[in-house]
Amino acid sequence: MSSTAVFGAEADVAGDVSYDGPAPKRIVVAYGFWIFLLSDIVMFSALFATYAVLAHASAGGPDGAQLFDQRRVAIETGCLLLSSYTCGLMWMAVGARNTGATYLGAAVTFLLGAAFLALEASEFAGMVMIGATPERSAFLSAFFTLVGCHGVHVTFGLLWLAVMMAQIATKGFRPMVERRLLCFSLFWHALDIIWVGLFTVVYLMGAR
Amino acid sequence: MNLLGKLSWSAIPLDQPIPLGASVAMILAVLCVLGWITLKGHWPYLWREWITSVDHKRIGVMYCILALVMLLRGFSDAILMRSQQAFAAGGAQGYLPPEHYDQIFSAHGTIMIFFMAMPLVIGLMNFAVPLQLGVRDVAFPTLNSVSFWLTASGVLLTNISLVIGEFAKTGWMNYPPLSELRYSPGVGVDYYLWSLQISGIGTLMTGINFVTTILKMRAPGMAYMRMPVFCWTALATNLLIVAAFPVLTADFVMLLLDRYLGFHFFTVDGGGNMMMYINLFWVWGHPEVYILVLPAFGIYSEVVATFSGKPLFGYRSMVVATMAICILSFLVWLHHFFTMGAGADINGFFGITSMIIAVPTGVKIFNWLFTMYGGRVRFHVPILWSIGFMITFALGGMTGVLLAMPPADFVLHNSVFLIAHFHNTIIGAVVFGAIAGYNYWFPKAFGFRLEERWGAAAFWCWLIGFYVAFMPLYAVGMMGMTRRMQHYDDLAWRPWLVVAAIGALVIMAGIACQIVQLVVSIRNREALRDVTGDPWNGRTLEWSTSSPPPPWNFAVLPHVTGIDAFWTAKQQAHTQAAGRPQTATPAQAPDYAPIEVPKNSPIGFITAFFTSVTGFALIWHIWWMVILGVVGAAAAMLVFAWREQEEIEIPAEELARVDREFQTELAA
Repeated sequence: MSSTAVFGAEADVAGDVSYDGPAPKRIVVAYGFWIFLLSDIVMFSALFATYAVLAHASAGGPDGAQLFDQRRVAIETGCLLLSSYTCGLMWMAVGARNTGATYLGAAVTFLLGAAFLALEASEFAGMVMIGATPERSAFLSAFFTLVGCHGVHVTFGLLWLAVMMAQIATKGFRPMVERRLLCFSLFWHALDIIWVGLFTVVYLMGAR
Repeated sequence: MNLLGKLSWSAIPLDQPIPLGASVAMILAVLCVLGWITLKGHWPYLWREWITSVDHKRIGVMYCILALVMLLRGFSDAILMRSQQAFAAGGAQGYLPPEHYDQIFSAHGTIMIFFMAMPLVIGLMNFAVPLQLGVRDVAFPTLNSVSFWLTASGVLLTNISLVIGEFAKTGWMNYPPLSELRYSPGVGVDYYLWSLQISGIGTLMTGINFVTTILKMRAPGMAYMRMPVFCWTALATNLLIVAAFPVLTADFVMLLLDRYLGFHFFTVDGGGNMMMYINLFWVWGHPEVYILVLPAFGIYSEVVATFSGKPLFGYRSMVVATMAICILSFLVWLHHFFTMGAGADINGFFGITSMIIAVPTGVKIFNWLFTMYGGRVRFHVPILWSIGFMITFALGGMTGVLLAMPPADFVLHNSVFLIAHFHNTIIGAVVFGAIAGYNYWFPKAFGFRLEERWGAAAFWCWLIGFYVAFMPLYAVGMMGMTRRMQHYDDLAWRPWLVVAAIGALVIMAGIACQIVQLVVSIRNREALRDVTGDPWNGRTLEWSTSSPPPPWNFAVLPHVTGIDAFWTAKQQAHTQAAGRPQTATPAQAPDYAPIEVPKNSPIGFITAFFTSVTGFALIWHIWWMVILGVVGAAAAMLVFAWREQEEIEIPAEELARVDREFQTELAA
């Protein structure tokens, strides 16, 4: 300690609590990204609350029981959950500095995410075809916004994943790239958590 | 297809003399400033040292400048409203037509909350928090720059609405169904929504940045219970930003979908529920009150302890009270609309929680009073504002408890009594606190103190002006005057409103004193120079470094062993009669290690440029320009993501050289 300036009395309210100083960058970045994810979940909670309030405001139009296809949603859920698993595998490959396995994990994750989006898009298209558009009723406005907002997040995740693969290709596994992959991985898992809530509140509770 | 969307020459208020005059004046002012910078050749310096800076101190200063300019803009709106109401009684219609008056009160509220108060407290937190924590910067310095420029982007869009098109006529809360397309078909509401969405993203990123900084980046030894109270209040404020701002974003997204794509969230038809907007707005809005006021409480805590020469009374209770307010602020939102008719139980619950918030706030007031009690109070400008605050805020708090009672609220809802109440708390606490902080930290930021006589004159004008301007509003609110009236018939109100207008003029004199104070201080800066880095005999770590601090703040990170770290160290050094504690006498020179500081980056400015383009295009439905803006922002971020060099290293010799210079100055 002789080389550092010492500030404060020896005994104070905190007793002998020690704090080692600023955390390493990897910890700081992941922590900050967790805080961002929490804020994102807060934003979703506002959309969930609105959906809950408007779930029965179908204004004479179709309601959830008429519109939701549980089989398709089950496949969607399977795709997304599985993609989280492959995302975990990708992260292990990053840890092992295995470029080939990283690309493979990322490719499978990407395809599963894209399949999820395709199924969601076909669901939306089918609803629009029969006139169940967001302009039809408050219930449909809330439905398209809540589910669509999650879909936009997944789309953004796919773009991000593609950019990260390009970064591995051009920059290799340098600490900055690895930190970003860690954040991506957190992001992707968080989307799963939101989807589980969405699946329950919108599709399971709404089908009755 | 029209390439310019809804934009045409009719958007320029050529036929309305008052908006046209204001527009021309604003454009001339901006052109003068830009021309002066160009003539003097300051652009390279500004670009290098400020616009692309990621230094938290520089960003903090820029936030404060932005906020003070917006204070002038918001205050001119206030003068217009006060003078209109002083004239427009009975047969007289005043000089502002209703559609213009409506824009003025909406712009006044929006600008004062989002573009004056928010940037001011965020600027002060930016400047002081990393210095108080004894670290070199925030957790994400480049993100910090992006946050600032996004806020500036929102400010720009709001001010463009003065010249091109119109601003919202809905009040600053923008309630539907009035703000829906059917009743507000113009671009005013869109200006409001897009400026606040863009600046809101900036604010959210500030919140994430500061929560991470305070929880993960402190000087060695600075345990939580050793943090200065301002850092605690900053932590609470940024936690509130992270938890509250996303709700506002979601709320505005829904209104935008209603307006742009015909959704039915808040419309009167299609099953929409407009009270949902109001609920979500205040789920953000009430925490927002504490987002603004908690940092001000932190400033008072620092100022009162420093100028009383005593440790803060009840440090622990201050921390507990701060965090209690942080949590309670989410349990009171419904008191903003008791009249919704949610029923006696719900109104009773929210009335009681609202009154409970007065308890931790009362704890704070007593702590400040007990800190001053028995101290040798030095009456510098910051403590004047603090004492003015304690009296004024106690009064505003009491009218708040009064309004927290649902039966009373049913009578006073939307009256100017309410206006008087929240100006009583926001001016009395937030603005007074921010000005106290401005006077307190100014020498740290620029190396010279602000002139005291003009500072005191500004204080007295503000304090007296505040009471003259707002006490009549309590009275006239009790007499039944509702808010936002362009004209009224009851002549009995008029004397009160004339007095209120005089009060606004006294506040204007206060603002003029502050401008003079700044000019006089810059002129006399050599006489006001602070070479010690510690002009107020301070207690916390920011006073241990030079004024202004070097870009890296501390040559060697301080090691903290208690609260009031710098004060204790000075006392110990005093007893050892060995000068200042961190002084590196040649015998025990610290080991300077090279440090890495983040490289300056134009990404914040470039992103904000493209968000401004996107926002403007969205407001005017210029779709090709929307695509251009979004693609531009995305491309800029990709280029940024591929940058090779993130940080530059400052060699140990450079640190040692700068530190030695400071020590030599201290010794002299």
